[in-house]
Parts: sequence; C-alpha cells; structure tokens
Amino acid sequence: MVGQSGCGKSTLARIILKLLPPSGGKVFFKGRDITAAPARELSAVRRKMQIIFQHPETALNPRMKIYASLAEPMRIQKLVANRNEEKARVSDLLEQVGLAAEHLTRYPHELSGGQIQRVVLARILSLHPEFIVADEPTSMLDVSVQAQVLNIFKNIQKQYHLAYLFISHDLEVIRCMSDRIAVMYRGRIIETGPADAVYKNPQHPYTSLLVNTFASFNDQTHQISGGPAANPGSLPAGCVYAPYCFKASAVCEQTPDFKETTKEHYVACWHV
Amino acid sequence: MALLSMRNLNTVFHSEEGKIKACNDVSLDIPAGKTVGLIGETGSGKSVLGLSILRLLPRNASLTGEIRYKGQDILTMPGKQLQQLRGNEIALLPQSPSTSLNPVLQTGSQITEGLCLHRKMKWKPAWEKALAMLRLLNLPQPEKKAREYPHQLSGGMKQRILAAISVTGRPSLLIADEPAKGLDAVLRAQVTGILRQLTGETGAAMLLITHDLKVAASLCDEVAVMYAGEIVENGPAEKILTNPVHPYAQGLLASLPEHGLRPIPGYGPSLLDLPAGCKFQRRCLLARDVCAEKRPPWQVFSNGWHARCWFIDQSRKSQQNLYRGDLQKTAV
Repeated sequence: MVGQSGCGKSTLARIILKLLPPSGGKVFFKGRDITAAPARELSAVRRKMQIIFQHPETALNPRMKIYASLAEPMRIQKLVANRNEEKARVSDLLEQVGLAAEHLTRYPHELSGGQIQRVVLARILSLHPEFIVADEPTSMLDVSVQAQVLNIFKNIQKQYHLAYLFISHDLEVIRCMSDRIAVMYRGRIIETGPADAVYKNPQHPYTSLLVNTFASFNDQTHQISGGPAANPGSLPAGCVYAPYCFKASAVCEQTPDFKETTKEHYVACWHV
Repeated sequence: MALLSMRNLNTVFHSEEGKIKACNDVSLDIPAGKTVGLIGETGSGKSVLGLSILRLLPRNASLTGEIRYKGQDILTMPGKQLQQLRGNEIALLPQSPSTSLNPVLQTGSQITEGLCLHRKMKWKPAWEKALAMLRLLNLPQPEKKAREYPHQLSGGMKQRILAAISVTGRPSLLIADEPAKGLDAVLRAQVTGILRQLTGETGAAMLLITHDLKVAASLCDEVAVMYAGEIVENGPAEKILTNPVHPYAQGLLASLPEHGLRPIPGYGPSLLDLPAGCKFQRRCLLARDVCAEKRPPWQVFSNGWHARCWFIDQSRKSQQNLYRGDLQKTAV
C-alpha cells in the first residue's frame, strides 16, 4: 500500500489488526468477521496477525534485554514447554534474521535501527503468524541496510508462505516487495491492481503523478499539496482528489466507483 | 580558489570507551556557487563533518587539520570572529525540522529574530520581510502560519520555516543536513525545490549532507562519498551517481530498490576500532592483502574525479557494478 504521509495508511493497518475500532464496515480474517468477535476469542487470531512499526527505537522495551523481548511472546502464548526449548527456539529465530548470539545480552539502545527491525521480525516469527502488516519498516534506514532488511522479509515470506500488507511511501520499495499495489489518497483507496500494471500503466491521475514524481523527481508537486494535512471533516463530496486534479469536471462531485480497466486492475476515477 | 577548503581534517571524540574517530583525514573543496553532496550511510561521519565546519561540536571533540573559508582558517579563529561567520557567511540547515524549531515561539518570530540579528533590521519591517520570504517559499497562508507554533505545522511547512531562518544572514555557504530524511516522495520533491530555489536566488554554495541518492542526483554538481569517517570517492555528481568506481559507492547504488536491492554484505566498522589500511576491506569484493596493510592513496580516475582504492583499474575494466553480480557466495 502506497500513499503520502497522512493519507490514512497506518490507521487502516491498525483497524485491520483491531488495534483501533472501525466506525463502520467489517474486517474478515480467513473468512471470519473479526470486528464482531469477542475479545477473548481474538487472542488466537492475534497470534496469526502481526505488525511491525515504523520507528524501531520505540518497538522494544528499553529495559529488557533482547533475549527477554524475544522469549516473552512465546511464554505468553505457551508455545514453549521449558527453558531449553525456549533457548533453542530463540537462537533458531535469530539465525533466520541474520543476527548473532552476542546480540541477545544487549539492550535495544545498543543495537542499530536495522538490527532492531530484525529483532522485531524474529519476535513476530516466533508466533508462527500467517499475516504481517509492515508499516514503513525501512523508512528510517539507510539504503544499504534497507536492502538487507527487505531481502530478509522476502526470504521469510517464501519460507513460511506469509501474506504481507507492506506499507510505504516509497514507490520503488513497494514495487520491489509487492504482488499487488493499492494506492491510497486522503483515506480512500483510489487504485489497486497487479504491481507491474499499476507502476507501468497507472490509470488514476494521482497515481500517474506519484509515479512521475518518483521517476523524474520533478517539482509539479504543488498540485497535490494541501492533501496530507487536510481535516477529514472538510473532505470534498465526491472524488477526494478532484480539487487538485487536472481532469476534474462536474461529474467528479459524485463519488466514483471502482472500474476494472484491465484484468484485476481497478480504478476509482470518472475519467478512465 | 574554493570558497571553503578542508585539508587533512580529523574530528575525534574522547569518550569513556576510547577515541571515536568520526572524521579521518578529510580533504574536500566547496567551490563558490556550487552544490557539493556528501553521501554515505548513517554513522559514517557526514553530520559531524558538517558541524566541524562551524565548530559546533561538544567539548569532548577535538579538531585537527585545516578548514579555510575565503582564506581564513576557521579552526584557529577567535570566538568572536567565528560568531560573525556563523549565520552571516556559513549557515546551517539542521536535521529534523520537528526538533530544531523552538516549540514555544511563533514560527514567524523565529525568522524575524534572525533578520534582526543578522541584517540589523527593526522588528516590524523584519516581520514583513519574514512574511515575504515565506511567500517566496510557497507557504500557504503565510500571515496565519507565521502566528502559529511549530506543532501546528506539517513537516514540509516546518522545513520551509527552517529554510527561511537559515538564509536570514544571506550566507555564501549553506550546510544542509539531511533535509529530506523520512519525508515522503511528495514532500521530498518539495524540499528539493526549496533548496534549489534558495541557492539559485542567493547564489550560495551548498554542502548537502544526505543518504538519499535521488536528492543528491537532483541537486548536486559534485559528490563526495563518505565511509567510516573517510572520503573514498569524489567527483562530478552525474558520474558518481550513475557509474561510481569505488566498490563502496558501487555497493550503495546496487542496494537501491530500482537497482535490484542488493545489499553490501556485513556492517561498517566501529569508529572506536578502525582497521588499518582501507576501511572498507572487510566488506569489499576486490579486497586483497594490500588493502589490509596500506591505506589506499587517491587514484585519479579522470579530471576532477578520484577514488581511494587500490584496484580502481579493475573496476574500470569491468565497466559494471561489482555488486550487481551474484552475491550469495560472499554474503555474510
């Protein structure tokens, strides 16, 4: 999922995991409506759905050593029978994310951002999840460290058959990581489709602008300013992008429905 | 003659664990009116180098070598003279707009006080001038925004306030430290536009510190690549950002998503315990014995383009990026 800061990507992620209640609508996980499920039934579902947050420095308890942070979820979910099994499991996880045993006795502030994101990923894997939301996991990392971390994400996905909702404002990263792309603008998904189709053949005017901004780094961006900080109460009726859109006309005062342009490529725009 | 020239600059922090060598034997020129990019990963000493130029370092830091600005040596300059230089001649656009502004002052006042200090203006005309500067930077509703406090503004707006403050003294050199870090594509393009506008209108030179190669490509005339406190490659931006010769610079490029997301194996060395010889040897695909023994000298690749590597001939011959090959064999 790609979109600029403040468009609602992270809020959506939290709603999917039921960390925030939706004002309306439903979220289904493996066919089950989790928005209606009672809290105690959610515990098992929560184990299967995990999230990685953007800021690595706030993701771990600063007063717990890495070993304790890694072992705690397994103890809570009663996944290990004894200490020996726990130790074996922790070192196994560590290896998968490319960290060494020496890191276990350290505190979070003694690790770099890239290392912490690996610890967080290892901790999540300890619970055998099926679905992971990664909310801008590498936006605070350098390009070379980002490449290391993203490669680990990919390897682990292959190994465990995981589904990711990978959130980023970096279209190049999204393109590398995704099978499908959804583009969000001011709280709405305006285009969704196979990654290559969306990137190479963007249909919505906003998506084209986003792709062009990335490709050529030009400064036409004043056309989409005003979007991020806008008060949701003042959203226009109809298409949310209409006030900034060069194609806008009277019809845009109605909310556009999704249209399928090519196979599985959907766009919410009247002018497509 | 360059506007600013650094020769054999060393910045060392004395800490409980030992000496942290943040900048090692750095020599770099910034010509008047040109933008020089300083690229490299976190912890490579880029920001320390920027702060060293203005001597804005904590007390446990020691600086040796030479930094000449218009011929004067900054390192031996008395405090009062240095104070005249800061802001008026060399200005800093600091990292992270969210923590660099004063949270309890109106944003407009923070620009105005700079104008009063550096241009000896009276408050009222200075306030008007501040509004004019914000208008120039395309800040929407400048009259309203100038009366607001930093927390009421978005990241891009705060960046514009900071940019305006940094040029209140009409500096000849602007040091911009990671101006686009953590911003999304749209804001990043805006900030880039703002910087281009600032240097374009005042004719100021800029040292652009960034790890974002796209930002560097869009703004810089020249680029210096920093690794573990050392400059390892230096030359024309369009050459280095498309076809660098130093193995580290090649690795940096190959790790971009659009170039296949191939990371450089391993991690950078600790600044407390730097290896002898080439600092990049442990991660380098070309490393041989000589790299561990002797520090590579500058090798001239072409006019104004040089790199610190024993084997630039090999990388020149191969005519391709080392790190785009199969990395599985060498991955750590």
